[in-house]
Amino acid sequence: MSSSAAQPFWRAAGMTYITYSNLCASLVRQCLKEPYRSEAVSREKVHFNVSKWVDGKPEKPTIRTDTPE
Amino acid sequence: MLRHGSRSLFGRASATSMRWRRLFSTDLPVETAEDTKFVESWKKMNPNMDPPKTPSAYMKLRPPTPANIPSKLTVNLVLPYDSVLSSKEVDMVIVPATTGQMGVLPGHVATIAELKPGILSVHEGNDVTKYFLSSGFAFVHANSVADIIAIEATPIDRLDPSLVQKGLADFQQKLNTASTDVEKAEAQIGIDVHSALNAALTG
Repeated sequence: MSSSAAQPFWRAAGMTYITYSNLCASLVRQCLKEPYRSEAVSREKVHFNVSKWVDGKPEKPTIRTDTPE
Repeated sequence: MLRHGSRSLFGRASATSMRWRRLFSTDLPVETAEDTKFVESWKKMNPNMDPPKTPSAYMKLRPPTPANIPSKLTVNLVLPYDSVLSSKEVDMVIVPATTGQMGVLPGHVATIAELKPGILSVHEGNDVTKYFLSSGFAFVHANSVADIIAIEATPIDRLDPSLVQKGLADFQQKLNTASTDVEKAEAQIGIDVHSALNAALTG
């Protein structure tokens, strides 16, 4: 129907919308005043582990975490 | 019952552009969502049993477009961790769409707008409440309900001007030293967000 429309610069550089949006949000959070900033930083913490499966078996997981163990 | 002017507009559009007929909100039935074809063939095969309900019977239909334009706009501003405004009746909101500041009044045409980092202002009588949105979307529905979703929305007084200035200077420098496309894009995003923050604080 339409030819490929002009893309936003971040998509042309290979970034997805979610990455862009999360980046904007984290930049805004870093500009907050003090009590709000510490609450906001806790919102950004992630903790997950990812493991690839090969031949039906999981390989060693890579753990990505911001919480201190 | 429905607004006839919009119906004739949609009629023209559907005749010229669509290969299949798309349903518009003006012609969705308001009362029932049952699957009439299924019910009729069931009754033919098995007239003594009540037909079972199909998934479409459980479907919530699109809310009807009221015949008269409502006097207030219902706004929902939601974030992943909080609903800041929940069905609040207001007179107008101005959203920072990528195509510019967009004012939404009751009776606005149904729209989906991608938002850029900027200020959302909510006008209720003589009060104006402003929030800085990090980016997101605004959905305006035909029944004068506006859903605004963003990842971060803060009142302007929670922003620290010195951090904003520092951030702007940092990213401007990063843009000069950036080499790969991704670095340039990130630096440009940083500049856009901090310029918008700056404008929000000084404007």
